[in-house]
Amino acid sequence: MTDKLITALVAVVGVPAVMIGYIWATEQVLRVFPGRWKPRIRPWLWVAPAIGFLGLFLVYPTIGTIYRSLRDAADSAFVGLDNYAWFFGNDGSLSALLNNVLWLVFLTIAVVGVGLLIAVLVDRVRYETVAKSVIFMPLAISMVAAGVIWLFMYQYRPPGAEQTGTLNAALGVFGVGPIAWIQVTDFRLNTLMLIIVMAWMWTGFGMVIISAALKGINPELLEAARVDGANEWQVFRRIMFPLLVPTLVVVSTTMIITALKAFDIVYTMTNGNLNTEVIANLMYKQMFSFGQYGRASAIAVILLLAIVPIMLFNISRFRAQEAVR
Amino acid sequence: MSAVAPASQASPLSWAGRLRGRIGLHTILLLLMVIWAIPTIGLLLNSFRPAAEQTSSGWWTAIFPPYQFTFENYAHVLAQQGIGTNLLNSLFISIPSTVIPIFVAAFAAYAFSWMDFPGRNVLFVVVVGLLVVPLQATLIPILQLFATWGIAGTFLAVWLAHTGYGLPFAVYLLRNFMGSLPREVFESAYIDGASPVTAFFRLALPMTVPAIAALAIFQFLFVWNDLLVSLIYIGLVNPDNLPLPVSIANLVTSIGGGSEFLGAAAFLSMIIPLVVFFSLQRYFVRGIVGGSVKG
Repeated sequence: MTDKLITALVAVVGVPAVMIGYIWATEQVLRVFPGRWKPRIRPWLWVAPAIGFLGLFLVYPTIGTIYRSLRDAADSAFVGLDNYAWFFGNDGSLSALLNNVLWLVFLTIAVVGVGLLIAVLVDRVRYETVAKSVIFMPLAISMVAAGVIWLFMYQYRPPGAEQTGTLNAALGVFGVGPIAWIQVTDFRLNTLMLIIVMAWMWTGFGMVIISAALKGINPELLEAARVDGANEWQVFRRIMFPLLVPTLVVVSTTMIITALKAFDIVYTMTNGNLNTEVIANLMYKQMFSFGQYGRASAIAVILLLAIVPIMLFNISRFRAQEAVR
Repeated sequence: MSAVAPASQASPLSWAGRLRGRIGLHTILLLLMVIWAIPTIGLLLNSFRPAAEQTSSGWWTAIFPPYQFTFENYAHVLAQQGIGTNLLNSLFISIPSTVIPIFVAAFAAYAFSWMDFPGRNVLFVVVVGLLVVPLQATLIPILQLFATWGIAGTFLAVWLAHTGYGLPFAVYLLRNFMGSLPREVFESAYIDGASPVTAFFRLALPMTVPAIAALAIFQFLFVWNDLLVSLIYIGLVNPDNLPLPVSIANLVTSIGGGSEFLGAAAFLSMIIPLVVFFSLQRYFVRGIVGGSVKG
């Protein structure tokens, strides 16, 4: 019991005290330096904790993974680019790659589009808090639970039997179906059904971030436009939207990366069967089911490389934003 | 700000046109809310239904008599060994794993936004670029590192790891928000002789509260719902420190697909994240930035 109490004190009081103490300590250190040196050294002390954490927990292991991707399964010899050749030379991984493209496109469009729509609409009603909570709630559930909730939505019974799945029962009212959502591989419908689960979870994320930015827009600006006779669509299109673009880019980037890393939903709902495989699940299988650490590392590196164009786009946006500041 | 005020003051639209707009607005919103709520409501209702009922009829039949609700599923989950300890562990893991990255990211974001140093933008781009690193790719080298340091299986190990994983997004979000704060606020503060530390704690941090609140929610939920990180860094060494989701996952797998208990287990694990969300929700208020410029 005392152990738990000490842990609780450390967690709730000790940790914030250390954090604030750090910045206080940097000022004490800076006193040693002459005046003109202070502004040069101070920024490095402020970014140092972040750089330290990132170096240790992301950069160092990533370098290890890149090195590992060039070696064989037992980590005993270099095999050059064999692991990469394996990835691009088999139908399974190419099919997974195609699915990730679908994830990337549809998840991003759904989360940014619906998130923006809700954020803008919800700003105008009195039940804003309730509406936001309803939309955001799925994000509070773990992905495993979300997967199970939706297996349940998509549940399929043969025609004639009583449908226990919400979607098929609803379609039944109109005399349509039943459809075995998760099993239909035509047009990769089952992958789209998995993406819907993820969009259901993450739209709340898009909504909250966009809504926070929306509330940062000076209301006088919008009212001035309305006084000048702009209708609501024009206010949105000409004023709100341009001001929201940086935030939309933040949300899109996050969703693209989430889509590329998509794992839990696929793992829970289909485990990549029936053409729903994605690269992260493929990597997991290579690592833990087949012990192919070299191949798994190569897949991780390919995931990394896939994001480079998005990052280049982000950098150019960032530069443009800095230029006008 | 009242929802109808601007339209009624300034809109050239007719009264009937505005009414039609309002009805459309409410219809779209209510429809979206229903679509979003149904999957969860279905699971909630089913979590109170006996297993036999769950497999033979849809959850909506429970709305009509005869009512056949039971607390058996919840009783079964709560009767599992150590659920209370797991809950406490989840808090011990989640709170510092949220607080540390927010502070570290706020320091860095402030330096990236309002301090000059060579290579500032390049460094920021590198930090954000690390968003792409898939968590799975870091597990084995880091576990080896923790074993060397002798902290594998401790809460500290998970705090540090979650800080590292959460930082790229945290820095990105806070830098974007802090960078868009009005320059005059900081210029006038420096002219008045404020030190960077004062400017940070008195100006930058309070003005960034909406972004910090949003970030706190996401980081907390990410950590709270995380399965993989705790399983690897704690689970293999010290099962006593495991958080709630791991025990729930074990519960589900050990019964062998026992989805009749999963609803109850999922709802038990959702209670704290929902409390956090509702208590931070009030920080999303309009005009924090606008207000401080005007003031």
